[in-house]
Amino acid sequence: MKYSKDFLLNLYIKLLRARKVEEKFVELYAQGKIPGNAHSGIGEEATFVGACMALNSSDYMLPTHRGVMAVLTKGVSLKSIFCDAFGKREGTNKGKGGIVRICSKEKGVLGISGTQGGVFVIAVGAGLSIKILKEKKVVLAFFGDDTSNRGTFHESLNMASLWKLPIIFVCDNNEYGISEHVSKVMAVSNVADRAVAYSIPSEIVDGNLILEVYEATMRAVNRAHSGGGPTLIEAKTYRIREHSEGGIPFPRPKEVISAWENKCPVKQYKEFLLNKGFIDKEWINKVDQKLNKEIEEAIKLANNSKDPQVEDVWDGLYV
Amino acid sequence: MRKITYAQALNEAIREEMQRDSRVFIYGEDVGLLGGVMGVTRGLLEEFGEERVRGCPLSETAIAGSGVGAAMTGTRPIVEIGYADFLAVCFDEVYNKAAKWRYAHGGQFTIPLVIRTAMGAAYGTSCEHSQCPEALFMHTPGLKIALPSNAYDAKGLLKTAIRDDNPVLFFEHKLLYRKKEEVPEEEYLIPFGNAKIKKEGKDITVLATSLMVERAMEASKELEKESIDLEVIDLRTIVPLDKETILNSVNKTGHLVIIEEANKTGSVGGEITAIVQEEAFSVLKKPIKRISSLDVPIPYNLKLESFVIPNVARIIEELKNFFKK
Repeated sequence: MKYSKDFLLNLYIKLLRARKVEEKFVELYAQGKIPGNAHSGIGEEATFVGACMALNSSDYMLPTHRGVMAVLTKGVSLKSIFCDAFGKREGTNKGKGGIVRICSKEKGVLGISGTQGGVFVIAVGAGLSIKILKEKKVVLAFFGDDTSNRGTFHESLNMASLWKLPIIFVCDNNEYGISEHVSKVMAVSNVADRAVAYSIPSEIVDGNLILEVYEATMRAVNRAHSGGGPTLIEAKTYRIREHSEGGIPFPRPKEVISAWENKCPVKQYKEFLLNKGFIDKEWINKVDQKLNKEIEEAIKLANNSKDPQVEDVWDGLYV
Repeated sequence: MRKITYAQALNEAIREEMQRDSRVFIYGEDVGLLGGVMGVTRGLLEEFGEERVRGCPLSETAIAGSGVGAAMTGTRPIVEIGYADFLAVCFDEVYNKAAKWRYAHGGQFTIPLVIRTAMGAAYGTSCEHSQCPEALFMHTPGLKIALPSNAYDAKGLLKTAIRDDNPVLFFEHKLLYRKKEEVPEEEYLIPFGNAKIKKEGKDITVLATSLMVERAMEASKELEKESIDLEVIDLRTIVPLDKETILNSVNKTGHLVIIEEANKTGSVGGEITAIVQEEAFSVLKKPIKRISSLDVPIPYNLKLESFVIPNVARIIEELKNFFKK
């Protein structure tokens, strides 16, 4: 694929912004500023950002619980994201749903099912709407490796395939559910191997190479638009931190983690751009500082925004 | 006025709403060519085509769950889950998604979903094809629940359900599908939260839904001979519940009996009992009584089935004993 320099540079900014937001979440959680759970996606940014870059603003997207970078890339503002993390009324879900339910009707971010595997059935529904309303949209549904063991995965892929729904199923295979390694819980070697059972085309990509993820997703988008139905993309990556911040630590081999840190998606893409001569150290520093400032400002705005009132518990139950 | 069956009335409601609004579509197992396992969707495939009338694989979780996903993205799906017992298969999709998605996402999405299903025992349908699980869903904030007892109500309530922007569980009854009633040709809707006083009376307030309404009415004729004057109220919807009609009646009679086909423990009747004793304790002349199915899975043998589920004879006897004590 041919890219403009602007596109490639913008991609780096999006990728680095995602990394910085993820790092901020780790920091804020450690400071006790985020109630509940936080699930760090550090190391998996290329998968979420790369895939979302293939979407239009009208397309639908469903993130995983590690999906802050997906909602960010889809267009939800930094301020909204931090408001939701702090449970503020000005967040996208007004203090009702937390980090995982950062959503936006306007930007097609459909939210999340707290029970793993809800994403598949919701995606089928969104695909049905697109067909019936004759819209030119696609649905991007992220899910983890262990989640593909749910019955809903199998029912949904079968249905999506039969009805040729415009859905892109993107597996963020970071090798772990919580503590179970994917090889211990999945009877096939690759999540992508499952697609053939539903007559769905699949691809395996390096989830830490952002352009590879982007290009595979674009192929799937084009397939969906031309009536070719769903695609399953498996992005191989690795979860650098624990399943959830502050959760029971599960020791994994240090050398494995180090090896993956060396394949850091941000580092790899930066080196790619440097080698091509598209960017230099001065530009990198400028971007770094700009993003730091952006994030600090957003956190400040979020901190100063209103908490919900107790009467708000009754809002949003019924239309 | 013409008389049509409960199934035909439902069919008309669906057809009219699909003609009126192109975003409405219907799907479920055998909904297309067969016209539904209960015959409710006959002729719809021919009229509206394959996009809007779909049969499905045997996949309740994807059927119900995709209903939620479709509803939040601009269409108005009617999903058919053949037997109410199968709501257990897609319980997560109803309990955690349909009911909670709007609230948990800060009200950003509306879920104008109708899940239609057939409840109740039908002479030998046994434990997994006979249940009345509405209490499980009354217990779930975020849903609305309708249980029509006759063809006229079925049409009016289903049209309301389809136009409601909230997720609605619509419990039809297997033994009511063939029952005929006068149903006007002109359009009408029945609002939710609007119980119907089927028979006025001064002695006992009798609340019922679905099949139990006609059994209560039959019992009332017998009890008239013993000078016991029932006021029979068809709740029509349990969420929202028409508390005003219930309390006005209890205020008048001082006696409340709830008749339900569901198992007794943890039933809707138990919930209504709690509400009435909270809000009208002083007007009650006796403790509130429930006439319900016995707390067992519904057995296959017809004699056993009839013993478990309130039939007219048992209703008459229990009401007599209740009043005369």
